[in-house]
Amino acid sequence: MELIIGLILQGVQMLVVLALAPGLAGLVRKVKARLMRRRGAPVVQPYRDLMRLMRKDVVLAENASWLFRVSPYMIFAATWVAAALVPTFAIGLQFSWTADLIALVALLGSARFFLALAGMDAGTSFGGLGASREMMIGALAEPAMLLMVFTVALVAGSTQLSNVVTFVASDAVGIRVSMGLALVALIIVALAENARIPVDNPATHLELTMVHEAMVLEYSGRHLAMIELAASLKLLLYMALIGCIFVPWGIAPASAGAGGLALGALSFLAKLAVGGVMLAVFETSIAKMRVFRVPDFLGAALMLGLLGTLLLFVSRSL
Amino acid sequence: MHDLAFDIAHLLAGSLVLVSFMMIYQDRLYALLNTFALQALLLAMAVAWQAFTRDAPHLYATAAIALIFKAIIVPWALHRVVARMGIQRTVETVTGVVPTMLAGMGLVALSILLMLQLTEAAENPLAREDLAFALSVILLGMLMMVTRRNAVTQVVGFMSLENGLILAAAGAQGMPLVVEISVAFSVLIAMIVIGVFLFRIRERFDSVDTEALDAFRGERR
Amino acid sequence: MIAAAASLAAGFLALSLVATGLRGRSWASVFVYGASAVLSLGLLGAGLVALVTGGAATHMTLPVGLPWLGAHLRLDALSAVFAAIIGLGGAAISAYAIGYGRQEHEPHRVLPFYPGFLGAMTMVVLAADAFTFLLSWETMSLLSWALVLTHHREQETRGAGYLYLVMAGFGTMVLLLAFGLMAGADGSYDFAAMRAVEHGPALAALVLGLTAVGAGSKAGLLPLHVWLPVAHPAAPSHVSALMSGVMTKVALYGFIRVAFDLLGPVPWWMSVPVIVTGAVTAVMGILFANVDGDAKRVLAYSTIENIGVIFAALGLALAFRANDMQTLAALALTAGLIHAMNHMLFKSLLFMVAGAVLNATGRHDLDGLGGLIHRMPKTAFLALVGVTAISALPPLNGFVSEWLLFQAILQSPQLSQPGLQFLVPAVGGLLALAAALAAACFVRFYGVIFLGRPRTDVAQEAVETDRWSLSAMAGLALLCGFAGIVPGLLVDLVAPAVERALGSRVPMQAGNHWFTLVPVANVQSSYSGFLVMVFVAISGGLSAWLVHRLASRRLRRAPAWDCGFPNADPVTQYGAGSFAQPIRRVMATVLAARETVTMPPPGDTKPARHTAHTEDLAWTRVYIPLIAFVGAAAARLNALQFLTIRRYLSLVFGSLILLLTGLTIWN
Repeated sequence: MELIIGLILQGVQMLVVLALAPGLAGLVRKVKARLMRRRGAPVVQPYRDLMRLMRKDVVLAENASWLFRVSPYMIFAATWVAAALVPTFAIGLQFSWTADLIALVALLGSARFFLALAGMDAGTSFGGLGASREMMIGALAEPAMLLMVFTVALVAGSTQLSNVVTFVASDAVGIRVSMGLALVALIIVALAENARIPVDNPATHLELTMVHEAMVLEYSGRHLAMIELAASLKLLLYMALIGCIFVPWGIAPASAGAGGLALGALSFLAKLAVGGVMLAVFETSIAKMRVFRVPDFLGAALMLGLLGTLLLFVSRSL
Repeated sequence: MHDLAFDIAHLLAGSLVLVSFMMIYQDRLYALLNTFALQALLLAMAVAWQAFTRDAPHLYATAAIALIFKAIIVPWALHRVVARMGIQRTVETVTGVVPTMLAGMGLVALSILLMLQLTEAAENPLAREDLAFALSVILLGMLMMVTRRNAVTQVVGFMSLENGLILAAAGAQGMPLVVEISVAFSVLIAMIVIGVFLFRIRERFDSVDTEALDAFRGERR
Repeated sequence: MIAAAASLAAGFLALSLVATGLRGRSWASVFVYGASAVLSLGLLGAGLVALVTGGAATHMTLPVGLPWLGAHLRLDALSAVFAAIIGLGGAAISAYAIGYGRQEHEPHRVLPFYPGFLGAMTMVVLAADAFTFLLSWETMSLLSWALVLTHHREQETRGAGYLYLVMAGFGTMVLLLAFGLMAGADGSYDFAAMRAVEHGPALAALVLGLTAVGAGSKAGLLPLHVWLPVAHPAAPSHVSALMSGVMTKVALYGFIRVAFDLLGPVPWWMSVPVIVTGAVTAVMGILFANVDGDAKRVLAYSTIENIGVIFAALGLALAFRANDMQTLAALALTAGLIHAMNHMLFKSLLFMVAGAVLNATGRHDLDGLGGLIHRMPKTAFLALVGVTAISALPPLNGFVSEWLLFQAILQSPQLSQPGLQFLVPAVGGLLALAAALAAACFVRFYGVIFLGRPRTDVAQEAVETDRWSLSAMAGLALLCGFAGIVPGLLVDLVAPAVERALGSRVPMQAGNHWFTLVPVANVQSSYSGFLVMVFVAISGGLSAWLVHRLASRRLRRAPAWDCGFPNADPVTQYGAGSFAQPIRRVMATVLAARETVTMPPPGDTKPARHTAHTEDLAWTRVYIPLIAFVGAAAARLNALQFLTIRRYLSLVFGSLILLLTGLTIWN
């Protein structure tokens, strides 16, 4: 019986992230439009877009190989699995121990790897441009992420997200400047990984500085839908990650009843809404940076992660 | 030991180091001046918090001096200098931002290692930590002075270095008020001198890039 | 077991002799490679049996070699791990060579040396005294040198062979010094005797340093790596695979044997240079791989990276051991050993891929290839497995060892030295950088070779490689997947070796649910490659099925969109140089990268030219001055060739007096 409930909860988690992801993207777009005094598309527009894309024909570039056709599903699957392993409304789900934070990052790395390969497959200049820049950004974002993980693991004593949530939600943490630094580092990494302003602009085409959009330029129809869905899942994943590490309050503990789970779901929704609005505000108030300014930006995240660890040693050794 | 008082002091002192890094990261002069003001503000808060927790009223004076002089007057004056001289608004660096930050990280590690070893005998963990962070801020200020070309940024580096000194002094036992005030004034005077100096350099060479001076030392051909 | 292993080694050497007599026979190549594959399988079996039965040491002494010493041979758990690596790598590569070797123009330049090379490597891991060890080591170097010179008519190959010979000689000499110091004044070269001697900290540090230099020069540790990217690619591809995939592991064995077995405890600060050198090697190696334009050189540089990762793991194990944290040391050592195994698997696979591409097109410059996924679909698929594994992506095997290593790094705060506490997180950052750069490097490698449109006619007309090669590659690819899905098996397999070296081991993984990896109890982290694979497969398959079923399955082909500016010329694709540009610019300082643009004057119709140039700072700053110094010194000493006999005699006399005086003062 317990196993069945566990499986159901795990399944619910997978469906919840999948169902909410486009909505989050829609919310961000809507708020951004409102901030620019435009009316903007309704929040549900991404769902409609996805449905429409799903039904359309795929137009495949002449040179595209099987890899190009398989990649969207691989990217989607890796991102979905990663998103399903982040605690959203409850911790200690049936398979939450499958992967720790490092494995999660690596799963997202797999998705990026296949996206970059797909970008190169059609044999166009834009695809390769996007792929090479994406890999450069990834190469700098990953160490920053790892140092952030290091800081969190030092504080919480584990890289397993359920354990981290339990520890941070307890009173043992206090105010830690290191956690603050880790938060900033994670936000910077999240902006870069999700191709948000100031690193990349998700809303442009035909711009020499685009990265993500350049890679997916040749995709159409259901393939594009899968990739768009994966992108919004990734955004949700990072929000859930920030939520569960730094504001873990409300997440239902391992053996919570229905009330706890409902509270967890509500708090998760609230966190997503707040995160989406904050992202939109941030994006409207800042300009996109040059591509070769991005390394400095990510370098700053790296430094923050390292500084967080150093400061932690100071307070621990006293 | 990990009580709230310590945590907040740790937070403020750590933020000082962080702001030092932010100053290294900035590539616009005005943003740099604002960041410097932020550092001074944090310094004032850190000192005030020490005054509050240790019940040492004379530290309030230190905090007030830091707030008035360094968070308000100096940035304001530098803003005016930059505006009046029409100095190029970007920060000219000798090496890239990331190598400088890497070097800075090494300096922080060094100062923490050094201070924690040197002060092992000391009782008060707060003082030890403050000393370690203060040394970091001092070294980062120096780093900023050597890796920036523009004289204004060098001034800012110098001021930030002085912030570190105040943090160290406040953390140790607090210094006598007279010394405190005289230090503050000397910094102000230093700043005036440097300001005059800046104008002179600019009149002569149409630039405040200090490397322009090198050509007149007779060492370079 | 030792008797079996030793007779297999002897079999390899005998096969070499037989091969010498087979010159000109058409079946010689199939026979030699086939026999090598069988012998290698035997060696793999011997190693596995020794490991599964608990890794008890078996010992034998042959009455050859130095008269008072004999040749001591010994198969313990550590030797067995590396014997298994040699056996597995040898078997796969030999099977590949049955197909690949047919393309060789001068098979008699490869065949006599190939089995002997395998045999010499086996002897290195079996040797139990310094004399046998060094003799086998040098034999291994010389035979591989002969193999590097297979295509000796090419100028580059000759240069590579010369450089390799010099570096190999240097490495052996340094190792000789290390063993001499360990043997002490009494000169007992038996490993058992060395183990028994207590070494002082200064001596231990010196020996460790010398071993790191000696073994590191063979493995490709910075700054002794310069020969590797020229020598490995110069050889025929299966030999490259053997050198990169297997021989570097034998070099690692040399280091592990000395550092963790013969030497005894070393002071903690000695781990610092090992860790730092490893991490720097990893980052620099993969950076060079990212900017190089030759398929096989990219792979060779990536070998340097992986060796760096393994050395960092070994250094971490040394640091934990110096602090009496045997379990964590075991974790780091396990990570290193498993990474050595994994690297053998995927690097051999990738060199085979490079060889297959080379055979099919005749080119190994990345910019002469492209679009091979259409012409060589099977090779392309196997290559995809290889690049995914080497980029440390779950659920394949490369990720497992990286994950274990990161878990060990995350435990570093328990170390008691503040210096290490600060250093290890930074090293973790460097290793993460190296892993991420490896992904970038292999996207470029795979993308430029297999994806896109063909850049040359030969790439356009390539044909799929032969079945022997394909099945060898498929075997390695399967093992990459298998090792990634049930990593606990590997952990348990190397556990006897780890236990022997450190007296502690990573807990038994066999009983865990879902093949989950739970390295150390207090780590509180787990990873299940099996479940990740299952989840990804299910969710990917399910979503694909649902989409095709419910939404749309239609498809049509059209010219590429490319934002409305498609260009028919394949040169307009992103190539090797353009893909490397962002990383080359970001890392310009360490790569000494320069870009120059020459614009023709206005009105001139000549094309503008853009050239990018990077250089290996170790080569330009260390080696070139050194070579210049040696050359100058040699020119000065040249005068000694023109002396009279009386002067020569007085030179001899003078040195004799000098030696005697020295001896007097010494005593």
